[in-house]
Amino acid sequence: MTSGHTTAVAAHGDNYLNHSKGIKSWLFTLDHKRIGVMYLFTVLSFFLLGGIFALLIRLELWGPGRNIMDAGTYNKFFTYHGAIMVFLVVIPLIPAAMGNFFIPMMLGAKDVAFPRLNLASYYIFVIGAVFALCALFFRGADTGWTFYTPYSIRTSTTVILVVGGAFIAGFSSILTGLNMIVTIHKLRAPGLSWTRLPLFVWAIYATSIIQVLATPVLAITLVLLICERLFQIGIFDPKLGGDAVLFQHFFWFYSHPAVYIMILPAMGIISEVMPVFSRKPIFGYKAIAYASFGIALIAFIVWGHHMFVSGQSELANFVFSLLTMFVAIPTGVKVFSWVATMYKGSIRFNVPMLYALGFLELFTIGGLTGVFLGTLAIDVHLTATYFIVAHFHYVMVGGTMMAFLAGLHYWFPKMSGRMYPEKQAVWAFICIIIGFNLTFFPQFILGAEGMPRRYWAYLPEFTNLNRLSTIGSWFLAVGFGWTAVYLWKSMFKGPKASANPWEGNTLEWQTPSPPPFENFTETPIVTMWPYEYRASKNYPMTTPVQGSGKGVQ
Amino acid sequence: MFFNEAYAGNGLPIQGTDVAVMWDSLYNFLLWLSVFFFILVVGGMIYLAVRYRKREGDKSKYITGNHLIEAIWTIVPTILLLGIFAWGYQVYSKMVHAPSDAMEIRVIGKQWLWQFQYEDGKSTIGELYVPINKPVKLIMSSEDVLHSFFIPNFRVKQDVVPGMYSSVWFEAKVPGQHQVFCTEYCGFSHSGMLAKVIVLQPDEWAAWKKGKSVAGGIGTVGVSGTQGGAPLAAESLPAQGKKLTEAKGCVACHSDDGSTKIGPTYKGLFGSKVELQDGSTVVADENYIRESIMKPQAKVVKGFNPVMPTFQGLVSESEMNAIVAYIKSLK
Repeated sequence: MTSGHTTAVAAHGDNYLNHSKGIKSWLFTLDHKRIGVMYLFTVLSFFLLGGIFALLIRLELWGPGRNIMDAGTYNKFFTYHGAIMVFLVVIPLIPAAMGNFFIPMMLGAKDVAFPRLNLASYYIFVIGAVFALCALFFRGADTGWTFYTPYSIRTSTTVILVVGGAFIAGFSSILTGLNMIVTIHKLRAPGLSWTRLPLFVWAIYATSIIQVLATPVLAITLVLLICERLFQIGIFDPKLGGDAVLFQHFFWFYSHPAVYIMILPAMGIISEVMPVFSRKPIFGYKAIAYASFGIALIAFIVWGHHMFVSGQSELANFVFSLLTMFVAIPTGVKVFSWVATMYKGSIRFNVPMLYALGFLELFTIGGLTGVFLGTLAIDVHLTATYFIVAHFHYVMVGGTMMAFLAGLHYWFPKMSGRMYPEKQAVWAFICIIIGFNLTFFPQFILGAEGMPRRYWAYLPEFTNLNRLSTIGSWFLAVGFGWTAVYLWKSMFKGPKASANPWEGNTLEWQTPSPPPFENFTETPIVTMWPYEYRASKNYPMTTPVQGSGKGVQ
Repeated sequence: MFFNEAYAGNGLPIQGTDVAVMWDSLYNFLLWLSVFFFILVVGGMIYLAVRYRKREGDKSKYITGNHLIEAIWTIVPTILLLGIFAWGYQVYSKMVHAPSDAMEIRVIGKQWLWQFQYEDGKSTIGELYVPINKPVKLIMSSEDVLHSFFIPNFRVKQDVVPGMYSSVWFEAKVPGQHQVFCTEYCGFSHSGMLAKVIVLQPDEWAAWKKGKSVAGGIGTVGVSGTQGGAPLAAESLPAQGKKLTEAKGCVACHSDDGSTKIGPTYKGLFGSKVELQDGSTVVADENYIRESIMKPQAKVVKGFNPVMPTFQGLVSESEMNAIVAYIKSLK
């Protein structure tokens, strides 16, 4: 499984966690694994913050009128919840935290291509986040995470800090994407051809392309918004001679592709977990890899589907609706391929697999309701209602967060060198799945009935479903909180993990847990594609084989 | 009326228009199609998970793909999706193309109320009075930020955008009150920016037009203007517009009888094709007239000098509506 060499080093006990000591050795580290871990903790603390705002929002919506806060506070809280979760959690969560840690390892590399830039990206992210969160201590922001003009230009809240924070954090995203692209191109181990790349690598590659191409548009848009607020230059405010809808075009030109920055890496994790725990090769490797690029490409030409009732022309609506339908095709191909991977397998139900199955359930609902919203007439009634809120939470939380939790449990032994408690994790998983569906499924019905989003008060007819949703949010809180507690404890006290507890084939499993300082004691030689799985056997990518071809048949 | 009546099914509001009936058919089709695919994927997943769970000494089959099945699950969804798109567009075009004989009512959104201006000069706040079985076209503008006009029972929604006119239409089939929501976040009282569409029977409508309070009315809403739905202004909207063009000095340069002064005449302008300085042509609709008043240099008519000053900030939305209605009346 591992070469004698690495075992010797592991016995020595030298790994990336104890290689150097002290707070400085973390803060100034150039090790991609440590940077990945720092991202993970930073992003998860923002997740906690955004989650607290979510719970408060749900509490306010317990009854139709005022419950615990006034309308102004509520407007700020949903803005914080959205802005924190989108810009500081879901966008960096998998690419920056998991990508940093595992892309170099999966490639058999010692680090990313530009380690210093990598550390800089982390600090740019932190500066952006601090900048945005400063707004909380001034007059806050009450624009919603979308910053729609002209309200965002006229409101007296401190929009500039939040927008400025998102602007700065955007550079972190661009630079991380750049680093990943170069790393994947230049630092692949010998024998690791493009068609042998693990699908997580393909997914991060597609994501990085979007990050590099789309994020600058957001940056420019946000700068224009700041200029308009500061200097009264008429770009988006009709009162100053601007065009209010123009902002929406600019904003969604980034923010729609950003949705795929959030979901593609999640799909990458599912593509890794399904074959490992089904003990079978992934079904349709090439189709899944190409589908990532198909989705990334279409991502750039469907932004107008956020604007069907914005006053955009009928022709534009026609074209954007048609193009949107094509997103569903590669997405469907992926979902079908993951399910087919289970066929005639020998499936193990460890927690990563449970979360992958949870992902399939929730993401399928998220995807199917996406077809509703891509359909022109149907969107007119449903847009800007709770149907939209439910839809994107099924994709962003049901999709991305479930996949993240699958990945977190899958790679936890590798990152920490210890195992998590399986039984507790199963119960927390059940709690999260029930809580999630209870929170968000009623919102589909609320939306179809016509309840608009971003409403502090609502008609009494909507009370019961809102209460269900609020109760669900507490289940979610318990599930996430419980997970945080047992993972934190296991990090220090869990039973020691072996190098390859799941019998995975990809390169990160062919080195001790936790990995040594530069990942591998000797550069791995790749001889095989990553998905050579059997019921009771597996053939790591470094398995010596005679001849060439896909692998052991 | 909004929620007291039985739902059409599947948790949808009542069907207040023919468009709502068409909308519901498509929605229900998508709903059942989704249920089918959900069972296919998640049911399939659960079946496979149970059927192929790990057992002692079992083997897994070495399968890396299957071109036929992959082609099927690419092509079949493609065909389905194109069909859904076409159906969606067909219903959508019914939704957005108002019949040419539709009655026009002006809607102004402002933080945080809805104001309605009728052709005969009446104005109401928070209550939109319309006759039953008559197409009604709302010509909407905003005094401040983005708003969105949403009538769940009619399945229509349209953003109300500052600096331009947008429109939405419906033909109400169910008398009584129908809820209106603002669905584009607009600040502090966004969730309080509500209104009702009050659909009147022909005799009630005739009475209301004469200025009588009607049974469907729900009393005063908002700050001023209405009392039990009774009208305020005695002059028609075009007449108000004519007075405004005099008060604001428009008539110094624009005539209403076809004669050419410093600027083009109003007569016969609305709906005509206007040739611009750069040789292109535009149709003079509501948005063209608004733009020509707010940004006179944007589209200069051929043969005239770009000398008109901007009226940005000098014309309110209700005044703008009256002026447009006036120009529109000069056939």
